[in-house]
Amino acid sequence: MDVLVDAARQALALLLSGDPYLWGIIARSLQVSGSAVALGLLVGIPIGTWLGLTRFPGRGIAVALVNTGLALPPVVVGLFVYLLLSRQGPFGELGWLYTTSAMIAAQVVLAAPYVAAITLAAVQAVPPELRLQARALGAGRWQALLLHLREARLSLMAAVAAGFGAVISEVGAVMMVGGNVHGETRVITTAIVLETRRGQFATAMALGLILLAIAFAANAFITRVQQAAPRRRRPLTS
Amino acid sequence: MSESSDYSSARGLVVLGLATMLGLLFIGCSTEPREIILASTTSTEDSGLFERLLPAFREAHPGYRVRVIAVGSGEALRLAARGDADAVLAHSPGAEEEFMAAGHGESRQPVMYNDFVIVGPPAGSARHCALESAAAALACIAADSATFISRGDDSGTHARERRLWDLAGIEADGEWYLEAGQGMGAVLMMASEMDAYTLTDRGTYLSLRERLHLSVLVEGDPILRNQYSVIVVRDAAELEGARTFADWITSEPAQSLIGAFGTERFGRRLFTPNAGQTSQELKIEN
Repeated sequence: MDVLVDAARQALALLLSGDPYLWGIIARSLQVSGSAVALGLLVGIPIGTWLGLTRFPGRGIAVALVNTGLALPPVVVGLFVYLLLSRQGPFGELGWLYTTSAMIAAQVVLAAPYVAAITLAAVQAVPPELRLQARALGAGRWQALLLHLREARLSLMAAVAAGFGAVISEVGAVMMVGGNVHGETRVITTAIVLETRRGQFATAMALGLILLAIAFAANAFITRVQQAAPRRRRPLTS
Repeated sequence: MSESSDYSSARGLVVLGLATMLGLLFIGCSTEPREIILASTTSTEDSGLFERLLPAFREAHPGYRVRVIAVGSGEALRLAARGDADAVLAHSPGAEEEFMAAGHGESRQPVMYNDFVIVGPPAGSARHCALESAAAALACIAADSATFISRGDDSGTHARERRLWDLAGIEADGEWYLEAGQGMGAVLMMASEMDAYTLTDRGTYLSLRERLHLSVLVEGDPILRNQYSVIVVRDAAELEGARTFADWITSEPAQSLIGAFGTERFGRRLFTPNAGQTSQELKIEN
């Protein structure tokens, strides 16, 4: 027990002292996972909207694929991205392996299904009458679509939080394609692995506390959105 | 009346079931081999040496099973100091001596040695360097700002690398010096992908060589010798097993297995057995 308490106390001291090694790693994590989620939105929202609003043969399979994407094991994504970016791979020319670009690429693959799946659920939850009414009132096709997405915006923000929470806490993919290089590609999760292995429990604990705080913030946000959503909908459907 | 007899027969069944489970548990315990936790280095694990040694140990001592935890030498010793391992096979002489001095170890014996080599891209810029010593080669790599990847994980290899920079009188720092914080295999793959130099044990390098665009830059400098020792942890949970393992790995049969390991696949041995050498002899050779 003493080990745990000591580590926690030293961890807090380290965080408060503004340790540049720690905060540099935290900033890099936020940058990598933030970029990945932003790019994931660009990919996931169109896919989710399209699957949510159209009917076509094979749509069921497409939806199942998106939902499978939620359970993609990060190490498998890491393996594929590694092989694609390695010198013998098709994208070896880019020279991305062991850079933050490779880490962002892997995390986009992990984040996009979250965004797509939640967008899909969100646009389906908006009553279709809304769009029909808007069209009847003279809105163009794209205007009606935008209105539809506006109604689903809270859920879309939850998609951002869920995707972010998922990628910032994964370790397998970023370790494999980033290489955990000090000052370059070391992020919170890979640093926790290394510092624990080196017996630097205080440093590992400090990073762990930050990661927990980020995960808590993301999930608190999602919960708030989920609690707020039904109350907002009632006047619309009546 | 019938209710209570039902109840007692049900209780009888439960008791019978529990007794059977307990009995099975005891039978399980008596046939289950006892587990020795061996903290070892990633370099021995990556080389495949344990896959050769452990079946032979199991045959010689069927009552034991060895579970290998492959980590850096520094972490292996820390695990053991915390009582999370029964025996250690490490290659970090300085850290091992500290471990023994702190009273964590019951015994420490030499097992085998191999050597470190500095490897790098076959046509890299450091190929023009004067290569008479490892330290001179590192100085030349630093002067060229050629990319060098350090293990950066407090492993035995990392400790040796830091000693070499000290000898070269260079503060290894800058854009060209990367600390990976990963095992030997991962660092070699990185060096190969990035056209970079690194310090590696020969065994891991040879076992991955076919997949690497790396060739040896420096070898044979006496400072590059890499001695492995087995340590029995004083507070081991499986002390008897740890002693048995240490005695076995330094015995003739295990030593000849070590000496033969690698000859089929690489055409040369990866480790030279040297159990029984006194610390005096080791010092002179170092």
